[in-house]
Amino acid sequence: MVVDNDERADAIFHALADATRRDIAIVAMGQEHSVSSLARRYPMSVTAIQKHVNVLERAGLVTKERHGREQLVRGNIEAVREAFTVLERLEAVWRARLERFGDVLTEIDREAIRHQGEPT
Amino acid sequence: MTVIDVRKDLTARTMTITAEFDAPVEQVWRMWADPRLLERWWGPPSYPATFVEHALTPGSRVTYFMTSPEGDRYHGYWTITSVDAPKGLSFDDGFADADGNPNDAMPTSVIQVRIDEHGDRTRMSIETTFASTEAMDQLLSMGMEEGMTLAMGQIDELLVSA
Repeated sequence: MVVDNDERADAIFHALADATRRDIAIVAMGQEHSVSSLARRYPMSVTAIQKHVNVLERAGLVTKERHGREQLVRGNIEAVREAFTVLERLEAVWRARLERFGDVLTEIDREAIRHQGEPT
Repeated sequence: MTVIDVRKDLTARTMTITAEFDAPVEQVWRMWADPRLLERWWGPPSYPATFVEHALTPGSRVTYFMTSPEGDRYHGYWTITSVDAPKGLSFDDGFADADGNPNDAMPTSVIQVRIDEHGDRTRMSIETTFASTEAMDQLLSMGMEEGMTLAMGQIDELLVSA
């Protein structure tokens, strides 16, 4: 179960690595949209948006449903919930914090070295 | 910085993460003890933290707020339960109202920080335990929009730092 969650999380992370896809995911979580109406929101072709939607669909973040000539895209909030259980979100928060922690440690080390060269 | 271990235990409601830093124990401790340094890492760049009260002594309350890109402030507090400078500290972490008073309706967690010398490097482990299963469920069911925004913000963070 843990492995499944990790794989799901990886797919979601990959899908959300792109700013347009992140935006589409958020928009589709709020309300279902057709691919063509999504395409009008971005300076991109319908084909390009279709590709982004397919990546989101593979990650389970959205579902697609054919409605006559239109394809309706709907966000799947449960996928996000499942992949990011509270403990996993907490891990993500702390990984990001520790990354910054390490960066600040390096910065203050450099600042100290610079100050050593200055007259007191 | 290297994360060397992550353990999650759903039944114990605990997540423990251990990282190793190329810095002495005292320097790693300063990152907690100096509020101006703490502010540089506690909140993500899009939600920077400002520490208002900050005394690391048992029984005292540390208060802070995080500011959203829209300028909204989210307040939090720590109640310090033990301090063993420079080797670590423990505190209860919770949500607060605009005056920094604990919001008892919101979930709390217990955080234990351990800092140890390891060869010429320093290891720090952070153990977070949620107060109850209900507290975890409450966090999960917190407003969908809020949850998504937070999750996205964290993903942004991870991708930027990856």
